[in-house]
Amino acid sequence: MSKQALEGVKVADFTWVAAGPLTTNYLAQCGATVVKIESITKPDGIRTFPPNKDNQAGPNRSLLFSMENANKLSMTLNLKHPKGLELVKRLVAWADIVAENYRPGTMERWGLGYEDLKKINPSIIMFSSSAQGQTGPDAGMGATGITLQSLSGFTHLTGWPDRDPAPPWGAYTDLTAPAFGAAALMAALDYRDRTGKGQYLDLSQYEAGLHYLSPAILDYHVNGRVAGRTGNAQPYAAPHGVYRCSGEERWCCIAVFNEKEWTAFRQIMGEPGWAKEERFSTFLKRKKNEAELNALVETWTSRHSPEDVMAMLQEKGISAGVVKNAQDIYEDPQLKEREFFKKLDHPEIGPLSHRSVGFKLSRTPCGPIRPGPCLGEHTEQVCREFLGMSDEEFVDLITDGVFE
Amino acid sequence: MASEKTRDNQTVLGGYRALDLTDEKGAMCGWALAALGAEVIKVEPPGGDPSRSIPPFYGGVPHPEKSLFFFAYNTNKKSITLNLETVDGRVIFEKLVRSADFVIESFKPGYMEAQGLGYSALDHINPRIVMTAITPFGQTGPYRGFKTSDLMCSAMSGFMYLTGDPDREPIRISVPQAYALGGAEGAIATMTAHYFRERTGEGQYVDVSIRESMLKTAPYSLPWMEKYGKLTKRSGPYWTLMGQNTRVHWPCKDGSVTFVLPAIKINPDLCRRFIEWMAEKGIIHESFNRIDWNHPDMASITPQIQNELESSILNLCKTLTRSELMEGLIARGITAAPVNTMEDISRNEQLRARDFWEQVEHGEMGASIPYPGAFIRATETPCVKKHRAPMIGEHNREIYVDFLGIPKKELVILKVAGII
Repeated sequence: MSKQALEGVKVADFTWVAAGPLTTNYLAQCGATVVKIESITKPDGIRTFPPNKDNQAGPNRSLLFSMENANKLSMTLNLKHPKGLELVKRLVAWADIVAENYRPGTMERWGLGYEDLKKINPSIIMFSSSAQGQTGPDAGMGATGITLQSLSGFTHLTGWPDRDPAPPWGAYTDLTAPAFGAAALMAALDYRDRTGKGQYLDLSQYEAGLHYLSPAILDYHVNGRVAGRTGNAQPYAAPHGVYRCSGEERWCCIAVFNEKEWTAFRQIMGEPGWAKEERFSTFLKRKKNEAELNALVETWTSRHSPEDVMAMLQEKGISAGVVKNAQDIYEDPQLKEREFFKKLDHPEIGPLSHRSVGFKLSRTPCGPIRPGPCLGEHTEQVCREFLGMSDEEFVDLITDGVFE
Repeated sequence: MASEKTRDNQTVLGGYRALDLTDEKGAMCGWALAALGAEVIKVEPPGGDPSRSIPPFYGGVPHPEKSLFFFAYNTNKKSITLNLETVDGRVIFEKLVRSADFVIESFKPGYMEAQGLGYSALDHINPRIVMTAITPFGQTGPYRGFKTSDLMCSAMSGFMYLTGDPDREPIRISVPQAYALGGAEGAIATMTAHYFRERTGEGQYVDVSIRESMLKTAPYSLPWMEKYGKLTKRSGPYWTLMGQNTRVHWPCKDGSVTFVLPAIKINPDLCRRFIEWMAEKGIIHESFNRIDWNHPDMASITPQIQNELESSILNLCKTLTRSELMEGLIARGITAAPVNTMEDISRNEQLRARDFWEQVEHGEMGASIPYPGAFIRATETPCVKKHRAPMIGEHNREIYVDFLGIPKKELVILKVAGII
């Protein structure tokens, strides 16, 4: 394999659950050495998150854990043991980056706050990801991805104007804030290489998430307009929506942006009589009568498979795409050609598809190479190879229960 | 060459230059580089980037210098106008590439090659260049030439299939997300290539797929399908957690709140806190009285009882305002959040305490507008102070005359000829 972009970058990774591990996931997929630090008594909660292999929960059986922690190494440590804390400090001395996403104040309580780390390794980069940041009155407030997407406005903005919200399915800020954390970490690494200076990075998932809603925030600040739910409508396109196709729960989205596309779309549908009616004759009229328009478009789409609708429209240069479900994603010819999923053999789970980051680098390949690590799988390797520990010391530490 | 430039070391990318040819599809990539201190020059076609016509608008009036979408994702950038489809335009662009460190573009795959400005051409001019292309599906594969829309990228990512009410069609988030996610992914990819370049002197080509970038927002349904053939479906106010539909959205008197309905069998103690709360309010289903909440008999907890708990809590929520409900939940140690609108967010104490909002001066309009501030707090290299998005070709003179040394007279000719 060719050289990877982040080869030689060393990360001591204390993150758990989602937002933290997804940040270090980028680094691990680009070649950094990421050592995940857990304890046997309290491993990362996602290790048992369903689905598990054979529906039996166990620390090495969660499919999602493996997918989101590909390429990382796992080391177990008992932080309550004085020698455990000593080992952490040796890891800090080894590392370029320490990453964590505990509730603010937790690392300080363990004696592992930024000021403590700096004494061990003056050029360390410490990255903290938290729900609402390290400071401010709500810094210590409990949160999960489910609540954070409501706090940061996404729930209110997902659904139909005539109904309650239908929140995004997927702890949205947990999944979208990591991009900012990873970009900032690259920047901090480059700066450290150039100046020798480390630093402390404080990422609030709430704040990072808001950048995906900036236009709506400015609309409120400038025009006093509070954005609401609009289903799939878009102010400058009609038809613009998702339409039922033949088959059970099969859907295709269609977006018609201009007169030329509307004419082509009518031709594809076989010039139905309704499409020539006065009420759909101009963009403004189509927009005004959008509900009726959508219902009539659906009388056509429901006679075709979503794949056919997509192909017919794309051939004439109209934007259309299958609303892909999980099975469609795995069978997607585009993703296959780009090798987006890599099937990796996990020692307990067996073969499992692992997703790549959303980009390809021409010179320095990135992507999943090894499945998510089993709990403590690399404890010995980390101690011997990275920390240069002798056999004798390693055995002593095992006997003392430091790795539990 | 970048290595010969003076680095200001106040910012990470101070002294680096990016040529940003993107429209709405990749704007967030250059936006992030600019926030990290790079000089990002937006290269717009004469007349301006089409994303300047994306609503909402300042004062609600469509105008290419008043798009709030454009404002949001083009802060700290400069703007020049340049027609890449002319020979003179390409010659000027090639000159700019010599002094640039990054080129970011979001044209249809093949467009840059057709202008003679593909990666191999740029690499030949400047081997240190990092060229990032942000497109719906990437540069390869059968979908590469598809006509794009944000809706399509969202639909094909798997996110929409999981989102919406079961009795209506799948939906996206009402503020389009796919292009922003692709731009943010582009920023990581570009910074990764940059880090490698700084250590080796080698530039490279970065191929970002917007759809692949958004795929990360729909991860949970994939392993269920691969190992169990189970299709996760959209479920309105419910989430499928631990294989069960669980309510996460709770309407109250004046809005709504998010928390996860506790499962009696998994978390009886949390349920007890709700039962006691409801008893105080006089809302209690009689079946709950038969349960000893300190030591519940799990065998007697039927799905019916779990459903009754849900409907009772729904009734409790309806008697309370959002702030009463939040106060009650927090006092009982239940993780919850209000379902915030943009107005709520604008007034939020936590964001104010952290000085999140950043006033950006729009002198031409006599306005000062609070923008979302830094995307991360960094002790050594904080994000740079925000400066408003550029007007069309605002920096033509600075870049063409002062930097490239094109005589002013020639600039007029280039303008008349439709080259800049």
